[in-house]
Amino acid sequence: MLSQTEIDGFAAPDAAPEAVIEARDLQLVFETSDGPVQALKDINLTIEKGEFVSFIGPSGCGKTTFLRAVAGLEKPTGGTLTVNGMTPDEARRARAYGYVFQAAGLYPWRSIARNVRLPLEIMGYSKADQESRVKKVLQLVDLEGFERKYPWQLSGGMQQRASIARALAFDAEILLMDEPFGALDEIVRDHLNEQLLALWARTEKTIGFVTHSIPEAVYLSTKIVVMSPRPGRITDVIPNTLPKERPLDIRDTPEFLEIAHRVREGLRAGHAYD
Amino acid sequence: MRQSILPVLTVVLIILGIWYLAAAWMNATWTLQQAERAEQTLTTVEVLQDTMQQDRPKLPAPHQVAVELWETTAEKKITSKRSLVYHGWITLSATLLGFAIGTGLGILLAVGIVHNRAMDMSVMPWAIASQTIPILAIAPMIIVVLNSVGVTGLLPKAFISAYLSFFPVVVGMVKGLRSPAPMQLDLMRTYSASQSQVFWNLRLPASVPFLFTSLKVGIAASLVGAIVGELPTGAVAGLGARLLAGSYYGQTIQIWSALIAAAVLAASLVGIVSLLERLTLHKMGMRT
Ligand SMILES: Nc1ncnc2c1ncn2[C@@H]1O[C@H](COP(=O)(O)OP(=O)(O)O)[C@@H](O)[C@H]1O
Ligand SMILES: [Mg+2]
Repeated sequence: MLSQTEIDGFAAPDAAPEAVIEARDLQLVFETSDGPVQALKDINLTIEKGEFVSFIGPSGCGKTTFLRAVAGLEKPTGGTLTVNGMTPDEARRARAYGYVFQAAGLYPWRSIARNVRLPLEIMGYSKADQESRVKKVLQLVDLEGFERKYPWQLSGGMQQRASIARALAFDAEILLMDEPFGALDEIVRDHLNEQLLALWARTEKTIGFVTHSIPEAVYLSTKIVVMSPRPGRITDVIPNTLPKERPLDIRDTPEFLEIAHRVREGLRAGHAYD
Repeated sequence: MRQSILPVLTVVLIILGIWYLAAAWMNATWTLQQAERAEQTLTTVEVLQDTMQQDRPKLPAPHQVAVELWETTAEKKITSKRSLVYHGWITLSATLLGFAIGTGLGILLAVGIVHNRAMDMSVMPWAIASQTIPILAIAPMIIVVLNSVGVTGLLPKAFISAYLSFFPVVVGMVKGLRSPAPMQLDLMRTYSASQSQVFWNLRLPASVPFLFTSLKVGIAASLVGAIVGELPTGAVAGLGARLLAGSYYGQTIQIWSALIAAAVLAASLVGIVSLLERLTLHKMGMRT
């Protein structure tokens, strides 16, 4: 998947760190008919440019809510949250991020190419620009040749790749992914993890990635954020010391297992098994 | 397709059988009265024969209706006042005009309801109320009122048609325009899409299958509306007029052939909409 020119185009990895997403004492309370639900409590987190940050934790610990708040889809009720130094709403209008949902959510009446083109049409890119961008991102996710197919003609894994291409089409610097591979079987998932890692290395995006799977989190990330529910909070932030180059069998090395162990401990500590 | 022909044929044969039996049974009384008056005695076979060929039977036999249908379609010039094709066309043109008005109005109302909270709260109760009034009660009023302001002919009938057909379109379109999942709407929000972009790119295409379901109900309702619109006008043309004239003069064969013509027309219209539905969805790339 990696071509030589793209590897050469790599920025120096030791450039000065630059905060892309910053949360300070972030609170988010949902008012429901059963009373308030504290979905996020005292969240402090900095995500730097080019990082791959995974969010892991049991259901209901606020992973989705945090990602949605970053995307400006939910309003925080306290604290501050900035994206590229702007409010989430401003960042969205500046096309700072692409969002990948758990379900691919492709439009059944649009071909794969036209699905990927959707954000470009809405954002008013020129026809020629649309054309070349669609071609480029479909290559990036290994879907060349499927331009004219309709979603129902593709497997679940391919549909999810198309939805990633759609999020990449307009060159957002940040990619927010909410359990994008959660509904796929393990073999497909392994393959997509490998591809995602290669894509991240190639494009230098900043990625926020929600998952339920410890191996997935450890395999992909530079930083793992462990969360726990009621109220939703961060219990541990684990830097990942694995090398950037990660073949799939790195998952059997002692270093990998050690980090996975620390994640598991973090999950256990934050979660009273009731 | 092939497997469905046998059951359909069986059902048709059963219906024809029941129809013949009913015709014999219902028409026999008159045959026997006539014979009594003429002081004749008839054999069973003679009675049965007579029930099948009366001029004004209580229930015409299927072949009598078939012959009437043939004579009033194939054997008459279509401009003739006795041609069923002529009357059918009069009704059809009112149906299509009413259907177009009703569909357009229905879609506009649905778009308003989905995008405007005030319309959402206010229009739907009135739309529902409009459908609870029996059409037979309101049709003569519409015709009389419109006639008094000089609107005659096709339009009053088309209005009644539209009155019946806009409702299923409103209901179906509102449902269709609201069918996109929250995730789909959130995706649009992440693009900072405007309301009209959401409408054209998401809500409208998502509503197409719902629209066609409504159109099938709506076009049948339009036909009913056009026929009902022809009843109170003393109209001289149209399937409704044929029904009414037939019942004035006891021309049961004429009534039944107009009924069959209306049924065939309704089935064809629904069939055409179904065909358009299949073509459209196929062209949109959706699995049908
Ligand atoms: N729109 C909402 N309204 C009310 N409560 C919500 C809403 N969205 C999420 N919640 C609640 O907030 C908490 C965190 O949810 P979520 O972020 O979806 O968790 P996760 O993605 O980690 O499973 C849960 O208790 C959930 O019920
Ligand atoms: Mg979630």
